[in-house]
Amino acid sequence: MKQSITHGSLTNTIKLALPSLSVNEGIARSVISSFCICLGPTATDIADIKCAVSEAVTNCIVHAYKNSVGMIYITAEAFSDSVIKITIRDKGCGIADVKQARQPLFTTDAQNERSGLGFTVMESFMDRLSVRSVIGKGTTVIMHKKIGDAVG
Amino acid sequence: MLKNTDCIIEKTQGKTLTVILNGELDHHNAAKFRTKIDSLIQSKKPMTLVLDLAHIDFMDSSGLGLIMGRYQNVQGYGGKLIVRNPSEAILKICRLSGIGRFVKIETKQ
Repeated sequence: MKQSITHGSLTNTIKLALPSLSVNEGIARSVISSFCICLGPTATDIADIKCAVSEAVTNCIVHAYKNSVGMIYITAEAFSDSVIKITIRDKGCGIADVKQARQPLFTTDAQNERSGLGFTVMESFMDRLSVRSVIGKGTTVIMHKKIGDAVG
Repeated sequence: MLKNTDCIIEKTQGKTLTVILNGELDHHNAAKFRTKIDSLIQSKKPMTLVLDLAHIDFMDSSGLGLIMGRYQNVQGYGGKLIVRNPSEAILKICRLSGIGRFVKIETKQ
């Protein structure tokens, strides 16, 4: 059983299932940032989370379901120690080499002006990032962030 | 005042083309911005291209890709690119990427 990195109890959770259409990038950002309000985030927290969610959802649309449309499953969980955990899961093509994919500037889609910074943004803007993938089955991205640290 | 339906407004002054972008700069919108800006670059060949982000509410790494693509476009004929009026959040992602090595970033004073 995986060790939990949060010590708080679950106080709220939502689940979202969206088809991998690019118009849903903004919808996912809005829904998750609205959910985070319950933890009293700073403006920076909201901006960071919106960006990280946008990167993960965009990865599903651009890479996971490159030539098709599939479902993106997002779960957001709020914990009593002001930690938010966001899980973004797809059933797309999977990532052959996760370590390579997480390298800054690495991209398999340079011709479409992909910067290769999606995972770098997630890693920098969130406190913790985990990426699990199986070729042909899909990818699960889990991000954690402690909200409201600036307030103290 | 930019209308919700406007995605860009352009102003030309000599060899400087200023493009004011409106909305969100994500993967969904990047292609539309790219097409419009490239069309302007093609017709005007500005020596300085200014991307004004004052009316951009959100930008992720797709926006960085758009900026770098436009930089490569103008740099191809010796032009330069300036990013103007990024919000704090946009400035943060610009700093993370190191894009400031290639394009000048002008913030509101």
